[in-house]
Amino acid sequence: MCGVCGCGDTKIEEHEHHSHVSLGEYHHAQEGSSRRVNEYESSLRVSGDVHHHHYPAATQVTIHHHYHHEVSATEHHAPHACHDHGHSHGVAHNHAEHSHVHPHHGHVAHELDAHEDFKATVDENNDLHYGSGEAGVHISGLTQHRLLKIETDILDKNNQIAKHNREHFKQDEQFVLNLVSSPGSGKTTLLTKTLNLIQAERACAVIEGDQQTSNDADRIRATGVPAVQVNTGKGCHLDAKMVHDACHQLQLSKGGLLFIENVGNLVCPASFDLGEKYKVAILSVTEGDDKPLKYPNMFAASQLMIINKIDLLPYVEFDVDICIANAKKVNPYIQVIVLSATTGEGMQSWLDWLKEN
Amino acid sequence: MHEMSISIDTVNLVVESAQKQGFKKVTAVWLEIGALSCIEPETIEFCYEMAARETIAEHSTLHIESVAGQAYCFTCGKDVVLKQRGNACPTCDGFQLKVIKGDELRVKEIEVE
Repeated sequence: MCGVCGCGDTKIEEHEHHSHVSLGEYHHAQEGSSRRVNEYESSLRVSGDVHHHHYPAATQVTIHHHYHHEVSATEHHAPHACHDHGHSHGVAHNHAEHSHVHPHHGHVAHELDAHEDFKATVDENNDLHYGSGEAGVHISGLTQHRLLKIETDILDKNNQIAKHNREHFKQDEQFVLNLVSSPGSGKTTLLTKTLNLIQAERACAVIEGDQQTSNDADRIRATGVPAVQVNTGKGCHLDAKMVHDACHQLQLSKGGLLFIENVGNLVCPASFDLGEKYKVAILSVTEGDDKPLKYPNMFAASQLMIINKIDLLPYVEFDVDICIANAKKVNPYIQVIVLSATTGEGMQSWLDWLKEN
Repeated sequence: MHEMSISIDTVNLVVESAQKQGFKKVTAVWLEIGALSCIEPETIEFCYEMAARETIAEHSTLHIESVAGQAYCFTCGKDVVLKQRGNACPTCDGFQLKVIKGDELRVKEIEVE
């Protein structure tokens, strides 16, 4: 199961030796995330209920937030450093889950201070009074309900990895596009035709996402361009971690173009940032001109809409102008290119767009 | 179905946050879901229950707070209410809109013991 979104049995071709990759490796990207900071804001919930005390007394002293024993973020900022630090960093990260058993003598006082709610009041006889906080109840053997402020985006992990990918891409001077569409819109045909036209002048690479089969990657490789197939298993979209792992399978040349062909699906891929520069939505004329209104999130998230298969316009009821108007209703800034990958009509505008961006 | 992966992400996030502070059980979770996000609250409720099974968040109560959509209309030069993407500005019927609120997908807080 994918560690990022839990969406199934993701398989990445030729990637067995990387199976150790864990979220710990992205740790440096998560440094300073709002999640950690906000955990200090825990507050007592007023509750008259009596509950059994589940946590040992020691917990009150040693609950803390791991800032002090995390591997320094700066050590990991070098590009691809995560490979070198994979295992050891992962181990350090695991502290987070069982750190209450580790003594951190130098920090105990500080941690107590940080947790007003757990602090006992000391009276003139040096007696300790627990439960003098907001809730006013702390009876040995009883527990209290507490509210923890989290204030974290549910997709935070994915977004952090996407940010990390973006740093890699910037470093390697990659122009990265995330191609999204429904199944059968002609993404792979558009890609193979594009690669045949531009690979002589610009280094290209492709990441192919599908639930099953490596058919699409095989089609790309037939053009001579390196490609990696990511099979998402039950997953309905690519996520940032899959792209990260796939990138390390590819030899990316500086100044190159990386196309990520997402799983055919006009819903889910809209929510998952992969670290790309732009999302490009591809819509074929056989699908209907109201697709941008039916699946607005995807078109709202895209920089460019390509209307494909225009050679079939005489045979279908599809109004190009209405389709563009619909797309602009959900995204006034969306750019539009109309083409047929099969006949080559309009392909030049797409190639020009690639050059300009 | 991305609601399932998002529910699993949610459960992982709350379980991790609770355990990091030494708590043994999550009894309630407050989510903030924007009206313009591509998440269906009812589906989340259904998936959350399954995702929480056999975790310390099992049987926790899920509270979903909906955040109304809001956009800036460049024609009117002000913030307007946007019920769903693709709708026109309620004031000028135009589409020069930039969504500024309503695509949230956040865990706000959790109740633990």
